[in-house]
Formats: sequence, C-alpha cells, structure tokens
Amino acid sequence: MQFALLIYESPEAFATRKNDSYTGAWQAYYKALVESGIFVGGDPLQVPETGTTMRLNEGKRRVQDGPYADTKEQLGGFTILELPSLDVALDWAARCPAASYGAVEVRPLAPELRRRITE
Amino acid sequence: MSGPAPDDTHRRIERVARESYGRLVAYLSAHTLDVASAEDALSDALIKALTIWPRDGVPQNPEAWLLTTARHAIIDHVRHQQVVVASEPTLMLLQEGQEEMALSVKFPDERLKLLFVCAHPAIDPAMHTPLMLQTVLGLDAARIAGAFLVSPKTMGQRLVRAKTKIRDGGIRFEIPQVCQLPERLGAVLEAIYAAFGIGWDDMAGVDQRGCELADEAIWLGRVLLQLLPSEAEVHGLLALMLHCEARRAARRGPDGRYVPLSEQDPKLWSLPLIEDAEGHLAEAFENGRFGRFQLEAAIQSVHAERERSGRIEWEVIVGFYEQLIRVSPTLGTQTGYAAAVAEAVEPERGLAVLDAIDSDAVSRYQPYWAVRAHLLQRLGRTSESADAFDRAIGLAEDPAVRQFLLRKRG
Repeated sequence: MQFALLIYESPEAFATRKNDSYTGAWQAYYKALVESGIFVGGDPLQVPETGTTMRLNEGKRRVQDGPYADTKEQLGGFTILELPSLDVALDWAARCPAASYGAVEVRPLAPELRRRITE
Repeated sequence: MSGPAPDDTHRRIERVARESYGRLVAYLSAHTLDVASAEDALSDALIKALTIWPRDGVPQNPEAWLLTTARHAIIDHVRHQQVVVASEPTLMLLQEGQEEMALSVKFPDERLKLLFVCAHPAIDPAMHTPLMLQTVLGLDAARIAGAFLVSPKTMGQRLVRAKTKIRDGGIRFEIPQVCQLPERLGAVLEAIYAAFGIGWDDMAGVDQRGCELADEAIWLGRVLLQLLPSEAEVHGLLALMLHCEARRAARRGPDGRYVPLSEQDPKLWSLPLIEDAEGHLAEAFENGRFGRFQLEAAIQSVHAERERSGRIEWEVIVGFYEQLIRVSPTLGTQTGYAAAVAEAVEPERGLAVLDAIDSDAVSRYQPYWAVRAHLLQRLGRTSESADAFDRAIGLAEDPAVRQFLLRKRG
C-alpha cells in the first residue's frame, strides 16, 4: 500500500534550507528511499509565505495571502512511498531528517476513493 | 444433537461467546483488518445461535458453527454493498468461505496479533484498554464507558474511530519483530493492567462494575499467557493481579470502611489465589530477567507472606523497590519505596525519599500526600502532617479512603 509522509517544518527549519547540512541530510534520505525501491514520488514545497489560500464564499472568491493553517509548523513537502504496513512506514518516517527538527505525519493514500473518482 | 433445556442452551451460548469471541474476531479480521465488520458478523451469528440452538440443539463444534455463520454474514454484507468495490483481502476471505467447513475445523489463533493491534503505538494509548475489552472479550461500549467514566456515546465514537484507523491506517495483524517485542508487549501488559486498576480502584463495594472489570483483566492476562507461555513479564503481571485479587474480601471492613494492607486480616485472604500467584511468580523468576510486573508481584508476595510469618519483611520489600525504581521509576514506585524505607529504617529516611521527588509531579498524586501525612505524623510534626492529610483527603476519589484519612488525621 502507499503512504504519504507529510513533512512539517518550523520557520527556523525553512530558514536553513540553503545550508549544506540540510540538503546533505535530505540527499542521503532520498538516496536510501530510491535504492530501497519504495519511492513513488514527492517534492519539497516553497516556503509557506508563498502560499495563497482560496475559498468561495457564496460564489465570491476570497483570496487570502499565506498558507491555509496558521500554525507554527507548516507543510514543507511530501513523499509517497510503497510499503507493506504502517509499522514499516513509521520506521521510514523516523529516518526522515524532518523527524528530528520538525514532524512527519504518516497518512495512507486512499486508492478506493481514487478508483471511484478516476474510473 | 439433543434438545437440552433452553436455559442450559443460553448458558452454553454465553460460555461459547465468552471463550470464542476474541478468537473469532481476531481470525475474521486478521486479513480484512476490518474489526468492526467482524464484530457485527459475529453478533449476527450469536443472535442466530440464540434462536437455532435451543430448537435444534447445540452443534458439535459451536465455534466452527459461529465462524461459518459469521463468514456468511460478511459475505451477505459485501453482496449488499454492490456499489463498493470489495477489497482484495475481503475477496480472499470470501474465497476461503467457499471451502467446506468441517465440523472439526481448526483455525489459527490470531488473538495475540489482535492484542498487539489494540495496543499499537499508532492508536491513542487511552484507547488500548477499551479496544482490548471490546474486541477480545466482547464487552459492549456502554459497559466499557461506565468503567472509564465517559458517556456510552463518547466511548462508542472513540471505539469506532480507533477501528477505522486499524482498517484504513495500514496497521497489520502481525507479531512485532523481536527487537520491538519488549516495548510492544509492554503496551499490551500496561493496557491489561489498566483494566485491572480501574476495576480495583472502583471496588467501593457499591456495585459489581469494578469487580467484573478486574475479573476481565485477569481473564485477558490468562489469554495472553496461553499465547506467550514463556514470557516472564506475562507471568509477572498475572501474579501481581492474582495477589491483589486474593485480598478483595479483606480490603473493606464489615461496615464498608477502608482497611489498609498492613492492617488487613490475612485470614480473609484467598489462599488458592495466593498459591496461583506464587506459581506464576516462580515461573517468571525462572526466566531470569526481572521486569516491572515481576518486581511488583514480588513485593505483593512479601506482603502475602505475613499470613504465615505474622510479620512484614520490610527490608526485602525495600530491596525489590530499589530494583523496581531502576526499571520503572514512576511516582507510584517512588512513593511505595518511601513508605517501605520508612518502615524498614526510620520515618525520616522515608521522608527524605519523598522530598527528592519532583514537587510539580506530585501535586495531584494522592498516595504521595497520604504517605507524607503518615510519616510526618509519626515524626510528631503535627501541623505539617495535618496539611498533608488535607491534600490527600482533597485528592481522594474513593469515599471510604477519604473517611479513613479523616479518621487518621484526627
């Protein structure tokens, strides 16, 4: 089954993205994912301040500058992995660089819903 | 098949349900991961049994009958949900269902996996015990809610949410890897002990609720032992629960007043339960590695010795507490250690142990204040003792304990 690893990072972590230690840790992790044959996809996202949130209020656009949720830690990227169980997914989440400086949410994809939508 | 009296049949169904419930739910959901559907199917089967068995007699293998009937219920359910694409595991189960079920059917016991699922770290720890009580023992949400002091509706919703997570969250029915086993088994043991603890604290003698929950916890402990017969800590937990259970009759005076352990009449203790506990403790210690539950059981075993010797070997208890603090430095352990040191050496030394505990952590921990009050009283520090008694009395939930402390405070 497929799991999404949702990466949450603090403003401090977003600020270190250009550092060698940041990219080095992520390069090593990405390499491990690919070599294990479990990497399905994923990408980092631009910093939260670049986000724009859209809502329709009685048909009228309400555009808001900034990310959806006003929380300290923000979604910074996601990875989709093909794994046999939550336990294995949690093992990979523990190895993710963000687990030590931010948080990693593990969420299964919903293939049945996908099938109903795409069929 | 004979036609026994209907009452007899009902009792038979109750017994089969109690003994087979967890085995059947675990087996039916091990592949589909759908605990809720397995429970629904099994309750359908039990309802059918209530009408068919009294009429036609109890089948030779009641468990196989329930399994086949529950399987058919799942198949029917899937057929009714034509819109929903059946998942692969469900289809597998259906295929297995096509096979002829012999009367002597043997199916693997998946309850251990189910216990590990219920106490999985991805499930809210507060739900570990309720999930076990429901899926392994078949207790209904209303009864569980009563024990956990929440409304049946809230408990029902929480159980549904937990089962949805099990079904869709990717939690597999499997025995954890050896490297993770101690931690994961620890969560299972904790959850069983929590059920026992609720039953125990609740045993105010006013209703049967707590008493039954303690029984259910011991039953769960025995199920776990059947599945992991050589795990020392499982023996240790069972020994601990049985030692406590043995004192049930002695914990309250005839007038309902609380009687502390050291003042209990050992003649009221249950010797068969103590022997059972001692047997499990001996088995546990044969395996060598001392875990938390073995040590707690060992402390209770020293108290039980008073029945024969007439005295409490406090020095031995202090020794066990010193080991226990190393593996499980909880507030309860530290408080118990302080009380033991005070008895074995002198009250000042016990008080010093209490003083070393983080004061923020104990602000709402009733036993700490009760022990502190008692030690200060023995040292003649009357006004400090009265203050500590007030804290303990204010924090006591059990009215009998409150009365006991009020009398002691004087």
